[in-house]
Amino acid sequence: MDGAAATAVPSAGLLPFGDKMEFLGIDLPSYSWATVFGSAISGVFLGAVYALVALGLTLIYGVLHIINFAHGSLLMLAMFAVYFLWKLLGIDPYVAMLIVVPGGFLFGYGLQRLIIGQSSHGRDEIILLVTLGIAIVIENAALFAFSADERLVQVPYDMDGIDLGVTYAVYPELAALGGSLLITLLLWLFMTRTDTGKAIRAVAKERRGARLVGINVDHIFAISFGIGTACVAAAASLLAATYPVHPQFGYLFVLIAFTIVVLGGMGSFVGALVGGFIIGITEQLGRLYLGESLGLITISAIFILILLFRPTGLFGQRVR
Amino acid sequence: MSRKSYTIDRRQFVAGAAGTAVIASGLGGFPHIAKAAAPIKIGVISPVTGFLGFSGSQCRFGAVTAIEEINAGGGIKSLGGAKLEALLADAQSKAEIGAAEVEKLNEAGVAAIAGSYSSGISLATTQAAAKYGIPHCVDVGVNDKIVGRGLDNTFRFGPGFGVITKLGVERLIDINNAAGKPTKSVVIVHENTTPFGSYMAGLMRKGLEPAGFEVMEVLPHPTPNKDFKNIALKIKELNPDLVIPSHYYNEGVLFLRTLQRQRVAPKAIYSVLGGASSQYRFLSEFPEAAQYVMDSNHWYNPKNPKALALRKRTEAAGKHYSYEVFLAYTAVRFIADGIERAGSADRGKIIQALASSTWDGHFMPYGPTKIVNGQNMAAQSLNMQIQGKEIEVVAPAEYMTKKAVFPRPA
Repeated sequence: MDGAAATAVPSAGLLPFGDKMEFLGIDLPSYSWATVFGSAISGVFLGAVYALVALGLTLIYGVLHIINFAHGSLLMLAMFAVYFLWKLLGIDPYVAMLIVVPGGFLFGYGLQRLIIGQSSHGRDEIILLVTLGIAIVIENAALFAFSADERLVQVPYDMDGIDLGVTYAVYPELAALGGSLLITLLLWLFMTRTDTGKAIRAVAKERRGARLVGINVDHIFAISFGIGTACVAAAASLLAATYPVHPQFGYLFVLIAFTIVVLGGMGSFVGALVGGFIIGITEQLGRLYLGESLGLITISAIFILILLFRPTGLFGQRVR
Repeated sequence: MSRKSYTIDRRQFVAGAAGTAVIASGLGGFPHIAKAAAPIKIGVISPVTGFLGFSGSQCRFGAVTAIEEINAGGGIKSLGGAKLEALLADAQSKAEIGAAEVEKLNEAGVAAIAGSYSSGISLATTQAAAKYGIPHCVDVGVNDKIVGRGLDNTFRFGPGFGVITKLGVERLIDINNAAGKPTKSVVIVHENTTPFGSYMAGLMRKGLEPAGFEVMEVLPHPTPNKDFKNIALKIKELNPDLVIPSHYYNEGVLFLRTLQRQRVAPKAIYSVLGGASSQYRFLSEFPEAAQYVMDSNHWYNPKNPKALALRKRTEAAGKHYSYEVFLAYTAVRFIADGIERAGSADRGKIIQALASSTWDGHFMPYGPTKIVNGQNMAAQSLNMQIQGKEIEVVAPAEYMTKKAVFPRPA
């Protein structure tokens, strides 16, 4: 880099904007450190959002050992609940958490107890199809009821926040970050310090043994699904002021959430959180250097690499 | 006395029936009335679900409103007041689904099709309709290739992006010159999932650079796109005088809100086919982010009472009066005028009538229609700017409702 180029960039950049730098023989554009740090920080916020969605998914997978295809649809449904609580009753989306989280738990509990558990007859492949069916029903019902319009909760503070120098962090983003950390901590405490949490872990580890010692396995299954859905409802409250909801909203996040669950280790809350941050930062930096479209391949690349070199994920345990 | 028989044999019946038919058709009565009783089916293709759902729903509303108004006004008079019947199809924001819907509409016997909002879907539906000789008027799709493929059945009443971009560049230069050239450096942000965004960005660059503008960067993004932070950070670092965005509604809103959130405030935001930039919905939901955003886009003649009446009707229905509404509305009106002049629901005759159209009973700022290779050569875009609670026309002078505020206040 020559000195003349450095003086042309006022924002402390190593290379002037638009100049190329080489990486693995590929010419990449160069940005100032401010832009790179700003992008990485926005990746942390995006990762927090991903982690929020992945937390419920990993719990349901960790205990039920099923891939819940309805996860995205449940997120969308919870987002609509938050939206209408705000639109019709004027309830702030963060206050709405007090309603949608218990509501989500009851909905998830009922879904597992009355539909998934009843129709699956304990066979994993049927559970998979049942959750897929539920996803299709929820999505089309939402399309019928709410149309394809995008709707956004507008809070008076959605443009306010903290200037971090390299980027501006608005309160809804900070709330999502704080929320994902808090929910991870609460889930970890619940799973390690409560009898129900221990029962869930027992069922996850040895279903038959848990039944033999008197644990109501069907009840624990439903509780797990309920908690997973409650997590999604909490995520909906934290996302509502940033992302507009529409009937296909779930697709935006749920496929990435699956990647995060694999990356973090199936059933691991800390893994979901760390995985969320890794994916968020990688995605943002990938989009910065490779462009908005091509940058998304970094997520797929991580997914493939993890499957190749560490199939149990970062915090997952080998099943014996 | 021989007994006279009053029975009619088969030959007598056929001869009598044929004679009656000849007499009736000669009088021009019976068969014509029978034809008038049958409604004329018009296919309306819009992407009402998927990532273009909002715009598709707006298009459908405009098209259906036009059909309702035509029917309420007595239907197609040259066909004895025949009513139009809307057959609604959802392209699901996918070109291949749009093409499949054309097959269904053909089976259903439509006389013509209006649709299909996006350029990508419209390219597919016009081609599919061409196989059956179905006249197809594109409502919004701006890609110039839509009408440049030699398909006799394909028409577009509104302007294509060649014209829109040319006018957009010319008017930007005029506005910038009139203000003492406060802007020079430019960043273009455009969607690249459909043929519309990339082609438009290329045309803008070609038009601006010879005029002395410095295009610092062209930043493409996919549709849908859930995050514009990187693009906002890049713009922040480049610090251009002018940002030119071009994308669909949802991305338009997200992009402009992200700029606001990241405190990126160029001297002007001048979009060409900006998606959100001249949308009343955007203005009502995000008035701060919308202020002083300029857009070169489809617009109605703001001085035409028919346009204002449709706006009133649209808003009374709880909808925003967006370009999708009045473009789809006029596309159907254009088809109806063709059927009226053809005096027939025959597809070939409607195509002939549309190709020779000089229709001027519309409220768009186009004047009398002049079709060349399916394109209405009289069609043009207007330049709008959001000022306060209204979307004002700032160019050309003939349709101006307010003077442009350029550059925007700090």
